[in-house]
Amino acid sequence: MYSLLLVGLFLNNYSSAHSSADTLLLDTVVYLETPEGICLALRPAGLPVRVLAFAIDLLLRAALLAFAGAAWLYLGKFGLGLASISAFLLLWGYMVLFEVFNQGRSPGKQIMGLQVIYSDGTPINWSGSLTRNLLRMIDLLPFAYCIGILCMLNSARFQRLGDLVAGTLVIYEVRPTQRKSLAEVTASPSAYPLTRSEQHALLNFAERQQQLPKQRSEELAAIIAPALHIEPAQAVSGLYAIARSILGLR
Amino acid sequence: MKQAHFETLQHSTWQAFAKKVQALDKGHAQAEHIQDFAQDYRRICQHLALAKQRGYSEPLIEDLQQLVWQGHQQFYRHKSPTLERLLSFLIVDFPSTMRQQWRCIAVSAALFFASFALMAVLTRLFPNLIYQLISPAQVAHMESMYDPAQRLLGPISLRNHQDDWVMFGFYIINNIGIAFQTFASGLVFGLGSVFFLLFNGLHIGAIAGHLTRIGYGETFWPFVLGHGAFELTAVVIAGAAGLKLGAALIAPGAISRVAALRAASTVSITLMGGAIIFLLLAAFIEAYWSSSNSIAVAIKISVGCGLWLLVLIYLLTSGRIRHAP
Repeated sequence: MYSLLLVGLFLNNYSSAHSSADTLLLDTVVYLETPEGICLALRPAGLPVRVLAFAIDLLLRAALLAFAGAAWLYLGKFGLGLASISAFLLLWGYMVLFEVFNQGRSPGKQIMGLQVIYSDGTPINWSGSLTRNLLRMIDLLPFAYCIGILCMLNSARFQRLGDLVAGTLVIYEVRPTQRKSLAEVTASPSAYPLTRSEQHALLNFAERQQQLPKQRSEELAAIIAPALHIEPAQAVSGLYAIARSILGLR
Repeated sequence: MKQAHFETLQHSTWQAFAKKVQALDKGHAQAEHIQDFAQDYRRICQHLALAKQRGYSEPLIEDLQQLVWQGHQQFYRHKSPTLERLLSFLIVDFPSTMRQQWRCIAVSAALFFASFALMAVLTRLFPNLIYQLISPAQVAHMESMYDPAQRLLGPISLRNHQDDWVMFGFYIINNIGIAFQTFASGLVFGLGSVFFLLFNGLHIGAIAGHLTRIGYGETFWPFVLGHGAFELTAVVIAGAAGLKLGAALIAPGAISRVAALRAASTVSITLMGGAIIFLLLAAFIEAYWSSSNSIAVAIKISVGCGLWLLVLIYLLTSGRIRHAP
């Protein structure tokens, strides 16, 4: 058992050494460079959310198995054959079939907004899914996924042993975001030329207006307002006006 | 260019691309969706790069990133699974991988068949040896399964029914489970695979030796011969796939262990794919053919030998010439 743990720790030290060289920030985001020279940000899913997804899958499989058991009761021997085949499919095929045919998402993962992909960003297929799910057998040793969990916690990208061997990642699905419109104030340029990062900070502030409570917006705006020669009373709307002018809106 | 202007100029391009991607995601793509996909995808990539470089706002960048991601998922993928893939896997990929990996196969086969033969001979010489490995109750159980007086042979005889379906399910679960175990435990430096190969070899060898000794050989051997061609080969293949993983971990060569494992896993999973197909075939034969005691022994043995020959010919010759798919 210890040797297995060592395998996991050993492999992870290798992979984390590689990834930490690219990103020095303390963050779990994985940057994937595409052949077009674009950096895509992927967010690997950590332990708790994956445990939840697994629990949902487990419950669902238990329910399906109960149905198969009912088939056994009502259909007699043919039902028993059916039940045993479906038990087998639920045990070994459930994850693989869903991952291959449902864009890397088992029902549990889909509910939790997770997705399995190859670590090069391509969609998962038969061989990757089979590998990671067959090696689940090792991850769940000695009990309750101890090896998988330790391996995952020690990995920069939350990969269990099966993921490491198959070269797969479990990430948060990239979902479309709802764009919020900016506050309707008349645009007015800033009193001083702003650097790019300053402009960016103002834009971010303005675009987050619906997420921030009013008091917090005022608090934040009050810090910067004097430097931009804005009246403290209109600090928030003044910053919105500058943001609109940066965007080129009227 | 200010962000608002940029957005109004490009908005229609992005929407059109989003529609294309959605159609492709849902799998009902028309010719119009595929046409110019590559150009559109690269254009969106360029827009994203521009947006980042010009310091446009975060939500716009996130939107573009999401579009690029969806395009990327459609544009770059490993070969798609189709019927052609399955055929080319069966005819070319699997047998040629088997021949390529003959060292692992040889080691695995040696472990399994040597322990099988050793135990079969030893049980004939020392009748009590079997009880070191298998409990007396289980031995009695085995004896009743292969009693020549039975109408049906093997595990099927115990359950007192004619429904082959049930046993088909039972064999699949049991045998594929064993094969999966043998493979996956190979990740423990190959030790698990070695253990399961030896364990299964000794176990089956002991039963074979014992049943032959007490005179049930004429029911046991014809029973095993037919589906054994697929089942025993599949166990050996699964063992070889596990050993391959273990070997990559022990001696990765000039690459890192993770990279070595990843490379080994593509080979191993090809082997396992073949093993699964073999086990399905074996379960089918075992449930419908081997278990019947009404077929003459001579026919069963000749069919069994024929199947072994077939498997050997398939593994040795298939896919040596590559055809266009």
